[in-house]
Amino acid sequence: MLVLLGIGVVVLGFVVRANPLLVVMAAALTTGLAAAWSPEADLQTMYVAGRDTLASFGKAFNDARYISLVWILLAAIGLLERAGLQERARIAIANVKTATVGRLLWVYFVIRQAAAAVGLTSLGGHAQMVRPLVAPMAEGAAEAKFGALPDTQRYLIRSHAAAADNIGLFFGEDIFIAIASILLIKGFLETNGILVEPLELSIWAIPTAIAALVIHSVRLWLLDRRLRIAHAGKSSPARADASPEAAP
Amino acid sequence: MITLEHAYIVGGFFFAALAVLSALDRANGRRLRNALFWGLLALSFWGGGAIGDLGNGLLALGLVAIAAFGLGQGKPPTTSAEERRASAERRGNLLFLPALIIPAIALAGTLVVQHTEWGPAVIQEQHKTLISLVIGVLVAIGVIMIWLRPPLLAPLQEGRRLMDSVGWAAILPQMLASLGAVFLAAGVGDQVGAMFAEYIPLDTRTVAVAAYCIGMALFTIVMGNAFAAFPVMTAAVALPFIIGQLGGDPARVCAIGMLAGFCGTLCTPMAANFNVVPANLLELPDRNAALNGVIRAQIPTAIPLLIANIVLMRLLAFP
Repeated sequence: MLVLLGIGVVVLGFVVRANPLLVVMAAALTTGLAAAWSPEADLQTMYVAGRDTLASFGKAFNDARYISLVWILLAAIGLLERAGLQERARIAIANVKTATVGRLLWVYFVIRQAAAAVGLTSLGGHAQMVRPLVAPMAEGAAEAKFGALPDTQRYLIRSHAAAADNIGLFFGEDIFIAIASILLIKGFLETNGILVEPLELSIWAIPTAIAALVIHSVRLWLLDRRLRIAHAGKSSPARADASPEAAP
Repeated sequence: MITLEHAYIVGGFFFAALAVLSALDRANGRRLRNALFWGLLALSFWGGGAIGDLGNGLLALGLVAIAAFGLGQGKPPTTSAEERRASAERRGNLLFLPALIIPAIALAGTLVVQHTEWGPAVIQEQHKTLISLVIGVLVAIGVIMIWLRPPLLAPLQEGRRLMDSVGWAAILPQMLASLGAVFLAAGVGDQVGAMFAEYIPLDTRTVAVAAYCIGMALFTIVMGNAFAAFPVMTAAVALPFIIGQLGGDPARVCAIGMLAGFCGTLCTPMAANFNVVPANLLELPDRNAALNGVIRAQIPTAIPLLIANIVLMRLLAFP
């Protein structure tokens, strides 16, 4: 039971809004120490347990370097931003008269989900698509319709751009038979003596994918409605609301 | 053959460059902290294999300590808003092309390794997409440098501009993955699963299905990763009760159960890659809040979708 203290540290850390890196490290050490603790444990035992936990954390950290490798993307993205990529994205979308925030994000969401469903999960992502292209396009679509945007709406639109990417990816990728989660399920069942084919698994990801498509399409339609209502009554393009959003 | 180690050398070079350029940036009052932070990360990429497990643990501890004191925001030289607008007008939609080089090469490399005889001899098969992505980035930078002729240091300075806006959150996903490994070694998951099975009556289909799906989502919220929750909840609830006692079909139960976990991923700051990193990249003011803008945009989709998963599993899993 004591090893669950680590989860408690994580939850508490987020509640008091401590630095998440600090929370993660504290949770790891707590877990390792709690696993080693007994009423008879002396300082020496606990010191060894702490050192071993740090070492196993370090091993995992080193094995997981590939996660942080993707940041080199930002060198290329930054270079294009320098040449006006975000501005170009806004101009391009402002020329499409029927574009709205919701419709634009819906098109991206559907493409993202469909591409992930055929295994093309690397088409998209927050660093390579959302920040340089999708978010500026969505903001541009809103600006073309409503004029300058208050900050609250700007941040709302950006958040929805990231959400469209995540939801499209999550509920598309499992339809592809060679994705990590499908292989994990197959491997797990196999070690428990149940043989399933990847195709059997991926077929049963389709009903949820359809549900996600329906639900999130409604959400994006509601987003458009919300923006339209917020700007209704202002006949001329609105002026920028200078007051920044108070952090909730 | 190009292996992950080669990609790590490129990554180490990028982070080392950030460290040096940060150290030289007098506009940043905390420039030495930034330099130390990115320098340690460069050390990890270049020498992580040589400094041993405890050495890597101390390195991670050092990164955490610097981040806890706080990083600064550098001011790398870049173009002004007017220059960018003028460049966007002048160059037109051609600007989109280099941005598409990266996913195109990532995809092409992956397909080549999968479907040709010679592909696996050129690129390490196990990490094909990641290595292809790195190649794509290098090619894209090369194309942009030749086409637009920015200053030679521009890719590194622009990279630093964006990395400083991401800040310490850059290593949060890697840290969380390491925490998951420690949790696994200590048996945290088994404890949670055992508690779940003990306190909830799992003898009817509806209750068992709802408990499994909600448990997947909740445990994913805590762990930040449905992959960590899946073996635990499936071993504790799905295998013995839904499949064993109540006759559920394993493929259908597991496929939908995993997706119920993904609903949890949408709601948690522990899924840093998906929910915290974009909040930083998009410069949201509430990026450090537990429920930042991205998560708040996702929760109203996640909850009805979790309910849909419960209904779908109840209807489909007992043929």
